[in-house]
Amino acid sequence: MPIQYYIYLCLALFSIGIIGVLTRRNAIIVFMCIELMLNAVNLLLVAFSKMHHGAAIAVNPASQTGVEGQLFVFFIMVVAAAEVSVGLAIIVMLFRNTHSVDINFLNRLKN
Amino acid sequence: MNAIILSALLGVVMMFSGIIIKEKSALKYIAAAGLLLLLIANLMHTYGIYQVRIDTHGLLDFQKFGLFFNSIVFAATLVYVLLSGKDIENTGLNVAEYFALIFFVLCGVSILSAYNGLLMLFLGIEILSIPLYILTGADKRNMKSNEAALKYFLMGSFSTGIMLMGIALVYGATGSFGMTPPPVNPVTGLYQGSFLEVAGLLLLFVSMAFKVSAAPFHFWTPDVYDGAPSVFTSFMATIVKAAGFIAFIRLFAGHTTILGPTWKIILSFVIIATLLIGNITAVFQQSVKRMLAYSSIAQAGFMLFALYSNNDLTQEGILLYTVAYSLATIGIFAVLIKMKDYTYDGFNGLAKKQPVLAFGATVCLLSLAGIPSTAGFFAKYYMLAATIKEGGAFWLVIVAVLFAAVSAYYYFRVIQAMYFKDGDAETHGPISNGFKYALLLLSALIVLVGIMPSVVLNWLYF
Repeated sequence: MPIQYYIYLCLALFSIGIIGVLTRRNAIIVFMCIELMLNAVNLLLVAFSKMHHGAAIAVNPASQTGVEGQLFVFFIMVVAAAEVSVGLAIIVMLFRNTHSVDINFLNRLKN
Repeated sequence: MNAIILSALLGVVMMFSGIIIKEKSALKYIAAAGLLLLLIANLMHTYGIYQVRIDTHGLLDFQKFGLFFNSIVFAATLVYVLLSGKDIENTGLNVAEYFALIFFVLCGVSILSAYNGLLMLFLGIEILSIPLYILTGADKRNMKSNEAALKYFLMGSFSTGIMLMGIALVYGATGSFGMTPPPVNPVTGLYQGSFLEVAGLLLLFVSMAFKVSAAPFHFWTPDVYDGAPSVFTSFMATIVKAAGFIAFIRLFAGHTTILGPTWKIILSFVIIATLLIGNITAVFQQSVKRMLAYSSIAQAGFMLFALYSNNDLTQEGILLYTVAYSLATIGIFAVLIKMKDYTYDGFNGLAKKQPVLAFGATVCLLSLAGIPSTAGFFAKYYMLAATIKEGGAFWLVIVAVLFAAVSAYYYFRVIQAMYFKDGDAETHGPISNGFKYALLLLSALIVLVGIMPSVVLNWLYF
């Protein structure tokens, strides 16, 4: 499959994520949309990695080019997991105090 | 390498000392000793004495500038812990963890001052941010703190997503995560970035602007700074912001040629918007804490000048700005935390009741406003001088100076309340003598840097 298809798919996923973050009001759904953005990036990195690898082995069959893109994906996964643990803890803390995860509650700070 | 490893280790040590040591007040001395150790280890690295030597295969690149920035940050954190350590204790129950998280943030800072690739940039930003989300929500029973934590977390991870998209696009275009400037076209003398690369760099720019709260991506800053416990706002507004700027400058130092002349246009727009929104909104605030939040946006506008110009004065300028801005903001926040009422009226008549506190706050505010003979003056001077040396942006400098004049209004309003208005400014309990001496020492330091900026800058060359 040509690389363009992957780019379009990832951009679509990423845009869905951004639109979700900007329009939804439920903290958990906003959070899921952020995860969707990160996963779109993961897919794109793997696709690019494969693309660079394919171009490199055509010249030198033993080439290792493209490995770093896939490595980066693992780092994103690890960091995303760390973020999830902190983020869910914050959402639970908010839920204990307000019994709601609605972002519209967050207007107390604007005097 | 010393600083990165030692700060992570010290974070773990702090967590365990929270279990072993039951005396809460002892923890801040352990943290201060740890910071001193960190500072010494970093200075040793600067002068070529390594405790650990690890080959990072080009992922990290330790230069004197970054190492010196580390030293400044560690020293500023030490000042912060000595001044506000007692208030960190009063934030909640898990005192040891707060100090541990501060050490983890410092680990992120030392990665950001030395990264040499987009992977390490991403990791550094995340190691810096995740502990901060927790510190923002440290006051668990307080609704405002909860909200600030959630808002900061959602905005922070959103901007991380944007940054990752930028990194992925740059990788797609260039095939590497490296930071080396791209090869130049022999015919035109310019490097024409592909569409993917330019789009990726713009996304990276947006996400970094988010992190350093530059307009138009600043909207989370006032709410988060206002809602977070004041001690941690002080930390976020100084050390973390300066680290963000170091990362920002490092990232774009080699890449500006790709964006061409558009780069300066975008940047001037961002600088002016940041100065305008920060300064004008700060004028209308009633709470001093919220005013300081907006003033930190305005100060970010000045620091953005370091991105505009790229010469030897810029390096000196950003370091001096880090010193001046961090010291002054830590000082004014240390005084603010002691106050019962955060509005301007709460400061009425402070000079009569607590002359030392009022004096310390005045020096800090003068430095923030950039009055000569305080550190803030030379900080602003170097930033603007670097821009003039770069050439072609004299009008931008004039705009910046005008906004600096506007900023004097809201800083002087606090001084006026303290000295020329009658009232009974109330503080939380009695102020200890140790705090007063520390504050006086800080004021002396600000004035010393203001008279002789060479005491800071000479370190860069020896």
